[in-house]
Amino acid sequence: MHIMEGFLPPAHALGWAAVSAPVLAWGLHAMGRSLRAHPERRMLLGVAAAFAFLLSALKLPSVTGSCSHPTGVGLGALLFGPAAMVPVGFVVLLFQALLLAHGGLTTLGANVFSMAIVGPFVSYGVFRAAAALGLSRSVAVFLAACLGDLATYVTTSVQLAWAFPDAVGGFEASFVKFAGIFALTQVPIAISEGLLTVLVVNAMARFNAQELRSLPVMALGARKAA
Amino acid sequence: MKPRTWAILAAVLLLTVLPLWFAASPPALPGAEAPAMFGGSDDRAQQAIGSLAPGYKPWFEPVFAPASGEIASLLFALQAALGAGVIGFWLGLSVARERARRADGAQDARAD
Repeated sequence: MHIMEGFLPPAHALGWAAVSAPVLAWGLHAMGRSLRAHPERRMLLGVAAAFAFLLSALKLPSVTGSCSHPTGVGLGALLFGPAAMVPVGFVVLLFQALLLAHGGLTTLGANVFSMAIVGPFVSYGVFRAAAALGLSRSVAVFLAACLGDLATYVTTSVQLAWAFPDAVGGFEASFVKFAGIFALTQVPIAISEGLLTVLVVNAMARFNAQELRSLPVMALGARKAA
Repeated sequence: MKPRTWAILAAVLLLTVLPLWFAASPPALPGAEAPAMFGGSDDRAQQAIGSLAPGYKPWFEPVFAPASGEIASLLFALQAALGAGVIGFWLGLSVARERARRADGAQDARAD
């Protein structure tokens, strides 16, 4: 989902940066407040950040004959709320933009918006909805991580289609083209991310049951599942 | 590990490996040769931009680009290793903590 360096026109690049920057500031504030109030959460936040680092480094083959990577930000969004994952996603994207020439500084705002904002917020929303419907925790976690991952790639497709509309078909035709590249490729990878997130949450439920119960989001899911 | 954990791991493995045989050939964009199998979707998007807006020139270059594909994969491996290392530390610590807790419980039971 990384839009490459220089591949968004300046107006778009600036616009996405202007949208993402205040959310990032809010996310940093929310994360700091949560850690000051609950220092025991540091370990699990580290695990959530590590999960995002690990998964977003893995480029997996997909049925469309191209490779793409999961994002790993859904897990943290379920544990700590979506705001806390904005700075984590930002760090991952900055690392890749500076050292790997993957993504870029001019497109950082747009990439942060898709991977560190839309992804976590969709994951969080799906989890809340699934818990409210009374689905089991595993199913809720799977749906949340999987759909959050997909949402990130759909967002990237929208961003590119907006910047590069088709000469004939306009935005829609261009969106279909980019979604065919990004969203379709992502389907099996998003399923994998959903399954891996379930594994990690199961391990946390076994080993860190106490901390997990104190997390507002998970507590909600656990209460419904019980 | 529970059977369900094994089943989930197997499913992830299959989802990753099966595309290597069953993936469709990527469609060639008009005016370009067919892209190589299993290239990055990011690169394919870059080609799509090239066909949608042939006149578009990237206006900014990466500040630092890995000197070769090998260096790039080194850095990606480093990123994954960092993540996996932290997760492994947490899992190891958790298992050991649980074992210690259980041993404590057994000792308490004998003392009673």
